Amino acid sequence: MSAIKVENISKSFGKVKALDGISFEVERGELFGLIGPDGAGKTTLFRLLTTLLNPDEGQAEVDGFDIVKGYQAIRERVGYMPGRFSLYQDLTVEENLDFFAALFGVKVEDSYDIIAPIYRQIEPFKRRRAGKLSGGMKQKLALSCALIHRPSVLFLDEPTTGVDAVSRSEFWDMLADLKHKGITILVSTPYMDEASRCDRVALCNEGRILGIDTPTDIVAGFDSPLYAVQADNMYQLLISARRARGVVECYPFGEAHHLIVDAEFDIGQFKAELADVQGLCIKPAEPTIEDMFIKLMKQ
Amino acid sequence: MNDYIISVRELTKCFGDFTSVNRISFDVQRGEIFGFLGANGAGKTTAMRMLCGLSYPTSGSGTVAGWDVMREGEQIKRHIGYMSQKFSLYNDLTVWENIRLFAGIYGLSKAETERRATEVLERLNFSSERNTLVGSLPLGWKQKLSFAIATIHRPEVVFLDEPTGGVDPITRRQFWEMIYEAADGGTTIFVTTHYMDEAEYCTRVSIMVDGEVRALDTPARLKKQYATESMDEVFRILARGAKRGE
Amino acid sequence: MRGNFLSFVKKESLHILRDVRTMMIVLLIPVVLMILFGFAISTEVNNLNVAIVAPNRTEGVRQVVDRLANNPYFTVVGYDSSIDIDAALRSGKADAVVVFDEDFEHLITQRAEGIDTHPAIQFIFDASNTNIAQTGTAYLQNVVSADHLQQELLNLHLLYNPQMKSAYNFVPGIMGLIFILICAMMTSVSIVREKEMGTMEVLLVSPVRPIKIILAKMIPYFVISCINLATILLIARYLLDVPMSNGVWSIVIISVIYLLLSLALGLLISTIASSQVVALLISAMVMLLPMVMLSGMVFPIENLPTVLKPLPYIVPARWYTEANRKLMIMGLPLSAVMKEVAILIFMTFVLMGVSLKKFKDKLE
Repeated sequence: MSAIKVENISKSFGKVKALDGISFEVERGELFGLIGPDGAGKTTLFRLLTTLLNPDEGQAEVDGFDIVKGYQAIRERVGYMPGRFSLYQDLTVEENLDFFAALFGVKVEDSYDIIAPIYRQIEPFKRRRAGKLSGGMKQKLALSCALIHRPSVLFLDEPTTGVDAVSRSEFWDMLADLKHKGITILVSTPYMDEASRCDRVALCNEGRILGIDTPTDIVAGFDSPLYAVQADNMYQLLISARRARGVVECYPFGEAHHLIVDAEFDIGQFKAELADVQGLCIKPAEPTIEDMFIKLMKQ
Repeated sequence: MNDYIISVRELTKCFGDFTSVNRISFDVQRGEIFGFLGANGAGKTTAMRMLCGLSYPTSGSGTVAGWDVMREGEQIKRHIGYMSQKFSLYNDLTVWENIRLFAGIYGLSKAETERRATEVLERLNFSSERNTLVGSLPLGWKQKLSFAIATIHRPEVVFLDEPTGGVDPITRRQFWEMIYEAADGGTTIFVTTHYMDEAEYCTRVSIMVDGEVRALDTPARLKKQYATESMDEVFRILARGAKRGE
Repeated sequence: MRGNFLSFVKKESLHILRDVRTMMIVLLIPVVLMILFGFAISTEVNNLNVAIVAPNRTEGVRQVVDRLANNPYFTVVGYDSSIDIDAALRSGKADAVVVFDEDFEHLITQRAEGIDTHPAIQFIFDASNTNIAQTGTAYLQNVVSADHLQQELLNLHLLYNPQMKSAYNFVPGIMGLIFILICAMMTSVSIVREKEMGTMEVLLVSPVRPIKIILAKMIPYFVISCINLATILLIARYLLDVPMSNGVWSIVIISVIYLLLSLALGLLISTIASSQVVALLISAMVMLLPMVMLSGMVFPIENLPTVLKPLPYIVPARWYTEANRKLMIMGLPLSAVMKEVAILIFMTFVLMGVSLKKFKDKLE
């Protein structure tokens, strides 16, 4: 039995279709990522699966319970961290944790083993008010609170948004740790580079899923030749490269521009065509999730 | 000195006992895309506020677009462009009304506003959306429009505070192309971001840690200096040493 | 589960205790309002400036003028045979002008003999403040006509509030206002704050029925209101000398019922409002204003236009104020306000029922 099973779910708010016939399954103990920009419907999906909303169409199960009929049972066994920091800023770290333990009718000590690796890092500040914590510490507190009742499924809505690269990386380490303890995790993120930290990902955009697979297989699905080009003046290069023969697409990608080409493309000819571009350098490139996302979006 | 659009020396801002920005000094050349990075709580926002004329430094000296950061905050505000992710445009006004409003704030004449608005809308392929409420535009469009509006008065320097947060990868790139284009036209861009690939788009990057500028160079040279493959790693190496939180 | 509930109450109390500024406001509001209404703002008319115009200063005229001059409510600012009345009123030098007829003595005598004559005295009042004008005219009439003869004809006797101290009248009204303010407004804002902060989402995604958390939320506000009730009663008894001749317990009982009603109202507002600002606006515009206007606190219900007359029947503050007035000022026993008690209890149940039914454990 899968931990999460979503079948053809749709949800609209007025005229806006937030989710449009989405289906996927998450295995037990899997770390599953929903990757996509704002407006992809990630938050709506989380609210449906955590039983905060009912779907217009389709059905879904979490831990074997229907999200509409079995919502009370689901609430007993899932942990949820919404997109915004949603703890009591005027209560201390300890008071927040105690409150959430009371909310689920458990004792902090009984769950200490599961939250310890995370909570220990903020324990020295347990008398500090949550509002006075740094972004990374707030996140750790929120995660501790979401774990206090040993949920079987954990829902994390954009936990790393607006957090700096270092804290983000630490956070993913913590998730990997939790996964090893057998907790199923559904996590969403707008950062494409975080996809590689998941077992499987679903690329989402505008209420639809563009593709679901392991990060490696998603990248493997990128079947066009890809080059990285660089030059002294990157803007000039962008404009010139787009005009070159055989170039299907050219877009900025980190330090280089990525070039998607067709059969007509020839490196020698490309260099000749861009002879006036100073410092031109072209080499084959490995596609990434983001290349694939761009490709799928354009289809 | 005149080649630098922003030039600050020993700029410091204290809040009580807490030194948020500690004696930072750097220069930004005209037409540069200057990436301003830093971990949460490194003092980025405070530094940016001082440069935008929103708050006065506790000590130090410097100029932005030729105006003194210690005394001429009002003048600075008038001569720069500013766009942040949080506050961009009025959702309950149409595209055109937003343009007119901001053009008015910067004192453009009616005819000039009309001319530039038409030009901006054409360049963005937005002409058909002139009378659409901004609230009903997709996020990516809003961000592009708000960049166009932030530069409607042709400022010499534009400050962008995390302009691409949560935007899809295609729109994000379109947005950067606008930045490239503006920089190519001579506008200086001062930008903060959490996307490390975007740091690579910048001409030069500075990284703030604990209120100080710890690194400042071109992405290529920074990567070489720290012997890494990407700016992401450079950033991590520097930010891991951070002592203070937010 | 019992320990649970207590920990929710504790969490809520911490929120209030941590927000020192709000707590001070909540505790000081009753004191400030009581003192403000009791002493500063009053419908009593004091220090009325009266100018007197009398072509002949006869004995009768002099007697009336003496009475006016000796009366603590009036100050005689002019005594002339003729003045520019309009200018005196316009400049604010006088609030009222008393004009005696040339034939004052004669006219009075004729009147006493039962002969119908034209009036002997004219009052000209600056009515830009109708309240002052109305009360002032009544006072003036009293003083001027307090003639031996008239006194026998007119026997005015004021009951319950013999000094006509308006502070008395205001106390029940202020109580109605303060409890709505604290119970309804504060609870609704604190519930809506959870929606706004996003914590409500987390609370909903937990096995505890959210309504339990909400009820736990009400307890500290109920306690604060009880402290306020005590403060108000103390101020009323010892500072404003409200008699409360039938003891204080009946007042406490009806006030507690009213507190519960206000809490239910707050809960109802919180189910409608999506942000703290909206909750405040609803409380202020939809709750407070009508309560002030329609509860009989400021304007007598009898003076309302006919179309609005049915409205006060659905305003809880009106029943509370009315009952409270009977208990506090008239000193009647609780048995005299059973009708009001029944209505208030009924309203509490209806409001509780509606708001509990409306309170959803989903986001939509």
